[in-house]
Amino acid sequence: MRNFSRKAAASLLAVSLVAAACGGGDDDAGDPTAQTDTDTATESAEDDAEDEAAEPTLLDEDEQVGVDAESADLLGAGATFITPLMLEWIRDNEPGINVNYQSIGSGGGIEQFLSENVDFGSSEAFLTDEALAEAQEIRGCDPIHFVDAFGSVVVSYNDPDLDAALEAAGQESLILDADAVAGIYNVEITSWDDPAIAELNPDVELPDTNLVAVHRSDGSGTTNIFTQYLDDAASNWDLGFGTEVQWAAGTIGGNGNEGVAAETQQQPGAVGYLSYAYAVENDISTAAMVNADGNVIEPTLDSISAGPSEIIDDIPQDQRFAVLGVGGEGFPIVGAHWILAWECGYDDDVAESLREFFSWAVTEGDDLARDLFYAPVTGEFEQAVLDQIDRINSAN
Amino acid sequence: MATATQTDPPSGLQGTSRGRRADPMFRAVVLVSATSVLVVLAAMIIRTTIDAWPVFDAMGIWGFLSGTEWDSGSSRSEVTGTYGAFPFIYGTLKISFVALLFAVPLAIGIALFTNEIAPSGLRKTLASTVDLLAMVPSVVYALVGIYFFRLQIWAPIGQFIADSPLGNLRFFGPPVLLSSYWSAANILAIMILPIITAICREAFAQVPRDEVNAAYAMGATRWEVMRHVIVPRSFAGIVGGTMLGLGRALGETIAIAYLIGSSQRWAPQLFFGGDAMTSVIVNTFADSAPEGIWALLAIGVALFFITMIVNVLARLIVHRAGRFAGDAAL
Repeated sequence: MRNFSRKAAASLLAVSLVAAACGGGDDDAGDPTAQTDTDTATESAEDDAEDEAAEPTLLDEDEQVGVDAESADLLGAGATFITPLMLEWIRDNEPGINVNYQSIGSGGGIEQFLSENVDFGSSEAFLTDEALAEAQEIRGCDPIHFVDAFGSVVVSYNDPDLDAALEAAGQESLILDADAVAGIYNVEITSWDDPAIAELNPDVELPDTNLVAVHRSDGSGTTNIFTQYLDDAASNWDLGFGTEVQWAAGTIGGNGNEGVAAETQQQPGAVGYLSYAYAVENDISTAAMVNADGNVIEPTLDSISAGPSEIIDDIPQDQRFAVLGVGGEGFPIVGAHWILAWECGYDDDVAESLREFFSWAVTEGDDLARDLFYAPVTGEFEQAVLDQIDRINSAN
Repeated sequence: MATATQTDPPSGLQGTSRGRRADPMFRAVVLVSATSVLVVLAAMIIRTTIDAWPVFDAMGIWGFLSGTEWDSGSSRSEVTGTYGAFPFIYGTLKISFVALLFAVPLAIGIALFTNEIAPSGLRKTLASTVDLLAMVPSVVYALVGIYFFRLQIWAPIGQFIADSPLGNLRFFGPPVLLSSYWSAANILAIMILPIITAICREAFAQVPRDEVNAAYAMGATRWEVMRHVIVPRSFAGIVGGTMLGLGRALGETIAIAYLIGSSQRWAPQLFFGGDAMTSVIVNTFADSAPEGIWALLAIGVALFFITMIVNVLARLIVHRAGRFAGDAAL
């Protein structure tokens, strides 16, 4: 059943993409598959399939997107976090490269990359030193990391009483800092009227709703970004960080961003963390965060882009880094998304396709990224990324 | 046999050389079919146990079964995390038994009603309606559970129980969450209802009509006949159906993964979120490093042995009680 619908969606997409390719490769006005706004309701079956795949809320964890494997120039696998954007890039890329991207999760992406089943991997966590050493043995050359976009994780909540209290106080959204969020996830803070939260929101008559922290039950790059932030910024966080951590007793889990979103929307008193795009799509209340400079920042497209641009000078050459300590006007919970590729061992045409596709994505794909609430790679850092992309297959 | 009748129309019973050859061939085919089940099963157990061995080795088998910490490591070659499967084993058993508590009496009731009380016109409709429940894919149960049942029915009932004097017991204590053992047990009860009902009906139908009629002739009421003749006579069948239901409950995955709260923790309360063996596997395998996969396979092995123990227990109960008839259902 599941397999069938996935295949059906994939083949429909394949048909639509082949149609796009046959249409001269350009974004013909007459081509129904080109640059369709995901919100536009259309009747054609092609667009239905396309909408289903492009709409982040409907995306299945392991939904296969892009064209089918036989006709793909490139085969990639990895993070679900980037899938909506990857889809848009695949559909609209000007070099006209066919990419089959399998959205199987960061861990799966790393596995597939290291076992050389795919041309590129994708992940929100960079390779550990152990994996890096193993990778060098596998192919006898370096795996390359490069960033293709930044994403943000927001803290969302569901409590009509709190919304009413905020409105009465004339405050736009609840203000939290890293310690307060860590306290909620440690089940030390169990209601809104806890002193730690009251201190941050002095004007609000906070209700005593019983809080339930909701985390991801599946291994997730979103969890990685969220816990890495807490690990860095919160003084009371000792669970470490990773795509999966050992959550405190008294919290509950939801499967995927959509699972956490559903839980947060239904369970009164729920506090969850979501990829920014999901919170926007589902219209869930999100908290403003206090960043490293003590500024209260609402999550917006500008504020989530501010963090990465602030630390750009400090990004090491191998691009294994975390976006931490964001101050200024930047929203603090931000993370990078990496593409993994090899420095050697590709066929020339595959390497050429890889370089062309990702060069296009990081230079020309910025607007698509912003449309979907990702922060694109820009400015000087863009050149650093392009330099990394040029290393693909250079050690042959 | 068919070919023999073609060449020799008067009667199909004479021996032919083809028939004699067909006999051993048929036996070989049947033998291969029968052994293939065992081979597949053995291959699965051996393979998963070998793959899971590093985890059992690092944690100790008892440590793995009784540990309450589950902290997945990211190593590709050795066991670095902590793997204690108790929260999952506890959750699986808890929701399965609560589900049985609801489903078995309900199934017996439905079966008795359809077999003994319902007018014959209603009988078929009722039976096929229950069977229809078995055909609904479990992901549909999950969605209906998430968006309807738990909001409208289960959580309010849970809240009512938690607010009542029963709520003073830790097990029934507040808070009442939407994703909880309670929700998972309720969806399981619905999902295992059809199989238990079908087997109970089958078992009740096996009760000799003479005995039933004799009881009526002695002046027994309908209730007395059901209570003292039909149900005791079908005990083995009821146990068998229950065990099949339990088997399904232990192995159910998607609906549980969405409703139990998947926290990788355990909680003593019924209305709080927890985790189960199948749900942690389905939730985390996609993103696990190799050592995490081994640990999930170890859960699979543990689940296999739990299922086996349940089956053996069921056989023992049936064997002890099943000196009567009724074994047909097994």
